[in-house]
Amino acid sequence: MSMTQDELNPTRDTEPITNGQSAVSTLTPPAMRLENVSVSFNGRTAVRDCTFNVASNRVTSLIGPSGSGKTTLLRSLNRLHDLTRSAKVEGKIMLGDIDIYGGSLPPTLLRSRIGMVFQRPNPFPTMSIYDNVVSGLRFNGIKKKALLDEAAESALISAALWDSVSSRLKAHGSTLSGGEQQRLCIARALAVEPEILLMDEPTSSLDPISTQRIEELMVELKNRVTIIIVTHNMQQAARVSDDCAFLLMGEDRAGELIEFGPTTKIFNDPSDPRTLDYIQGRFG
Amino acid sequence: MTEESSSTKTRLLSRGLTGGIHPPVKSDLGYWLSIRAGALIFGAAIVLFVWSILHQSLSAWTSHGIHILTGTVWSPSTSNYGALPLILATLITTAVALLVAVPIGLGTSLTIIFFLPQRLKTPITSLVELLAAVPSVVYGLWGLFVLVPWMNTTIEPKLASITGGGFPFNGATNGFGLLLASIVLSVMILPTIVAISRDVIAAVPHEQIEGALSLGATKSQTLLKVVLPEARTGIFGAITLGAGRALGETIAVAMVIGSNPQIPKSLFSTGATLSSTIATEFGEASGAQLAALGALALILMVITASVNAGARTLTRRALRGHA
Ligand SMILES: Nc1ncnc2c1ncn2[C@@H]1O[C@H](COP(=O)(O)OP(=O)(O)OP(=O)(O)O)[C@@H](O)[C@H]1O
Ligand SMILES: [Mg+2]
Repeated sequence: MSMTQDELNPTRDTEPITNGQSAVSTLTPPAMRLENVSVSFNGRTAVRDCTFNVASNRVTSLIGPSGSGKTTLLRSLNRLHDLTRSAKVEGKIMLGDIDIYGGSLPPTLLRSRIGMVFQRPNPFPTMSIYDNVVSGLRFNGIKKKALLDEAAESALISAALWDSVSSRLKAHGSTLSGGEQQRLCIARALAVEPEILLMDEPTSSLDPISTQRIEELMVELKNRVTIIIVTHNMQQAARVSDDCAFLLMGEDRAGELIEFGPTTKIFNDPSDPRTLDYIQGRFG
Repeated sequence: MTEESSSTKTRLLSRGLTGGIHPPVKSDLGYWLSIRAGALIFGAAIVLFVWSILHQSLSAWTSHGIHILTGTVWSPSTSNYGALPLILATLITTAVALLVAVPIGLGTSLTIIFFLPQRLKTPITSLVELLAAVPSVVYGLWGLFVLVPWMNTTIEPKLASITGGGFPFNGATNGFGLLLASIVLSVMILPTIVAISRDVIAAVPHEQIEGALSLGATKSQTLLKVVLPEARTGIFGAITLGAGRALGETIAVAMVIGSNPQIPKSLFSTGATLSSTIATEFGEASGAQLAALGALALILMVITASVNAGARTLTRRALRGHA
């Protein structure tokens, strides 16, 4: 993959960060569309028939009890199940107008357009902070020092980490605190300039202050990347997400999409009684 | 090597490099003392062992001095005890064996872990581990009967044509020699390298692999840039153990190296290593020659110990960079 200078030089960065532009975003075409997506392992369905649209430049949250298939569904979006021989993804997942399982877009290219942040911070322990941030660009064939330097700085600024690490870029990522490591992973994902950022319970291993910083970050990042976040924390979903998908295990323990809609609607006026039960903490 | 013993070894390796004995809590005192006593006995045994070899070779050192290390002629019949040809042959065969076995071994480990379908993993692994169970003398015979003619008619002429008869594939070929010894050694150390590297590579957290892939890395980039670097400390350990085995291997080498102590001019040269010389000459040796063989044993031990110490320093440095 090659990146043009423009792509690496995010002029968007210099624009003022504005929130609350959801009203405009609904008019633009969805960033991703899921049509009857099912994932099974060894023939056992883990999540079934999910259909919803992910709006651009919004935060979409996936909530639901443990085992309802949130992680499984999220990982189907960047084809991470490709590694698992027993996994099978059915249905259609569209990124813009590309069917991501259709064969026209190689998985490596797809994953440079759809970044991911994991539940536990996973910086590469043998690499310095700097090398971690630019690792994705290097994987994608970018070698020019000037480009890498610029991308590293801009990604670290975006991840609100620049001020605390700019003086020790050569230090190892493992010298950072858990929250900083997670922001390093966010910076690493952002450096590749993805259109979409998948986050699987990104704050579940962090303290409340680090959690708050990452939540603020998500809101700031909305104007340049579409975010899909899995979370167990109801308040977090309410605070950061614009849209919300609620998953629940059905009869055969396969996860199903119960309800999808604007977060305010899901939390204040859900159409399905099961959603209300879950929101009110009656099960799960 | 069995699966269990190899993973234990890996664990011991990593523990030995990072851990230490903590100061005793009162209730642990007896236990602590017994550990100390064990270490003391072990240490004393080693000192005694080294001293006895030193003592055995003392007359050789006093009568030949540094000439034992630097002399280029090893010829007991003329009382020439220069071990340089033997030292060189030992180092060269070990180095070439590692050069062949390390990439093949790492490739095998990566293939077993990341590319083989589940049902093939166990049979292939057992097959490689079976290599460790084959006695040295059988490798020697295999070298003699199978590899010598093949080397002589096929491999050596091919290699010579690659360098146009230039170094290191120059000179007459007859099958025997340093190259054949290196190849036999590489097969012998392969299971060690595979068993240990496979354990340490498999221990690299899956999250790291997914982290790399999620950034758009290809599978091979992930293996080269993330998995191998993360496993490098253990891989060093695997290489060191392999080197230790190659340096000390005796019978198989003695059978295929040509038993001709000379300064090697090419990989096709016949030669003799420190251990193969001790083994082949020990039977008829007495007096000065016996002392000289003792000196060879001492040199071999120093080389092996330095390789281990060097590897330890490297791994320590790598681990420190890690933290
Ligand atoms: N690699 C796998 N092989 C087999 N089954 C799997 C695999 N990954 C997930 N599953 C199954 O899929 C189902 C959904 O799991 P998943 O991890 O997606 O749930 P989740 O909603 O993310 O739960 P949690 O909130 O605990 O993270 C579970 O029953 C799980 O056992
Ligand atoms: Mg999960």
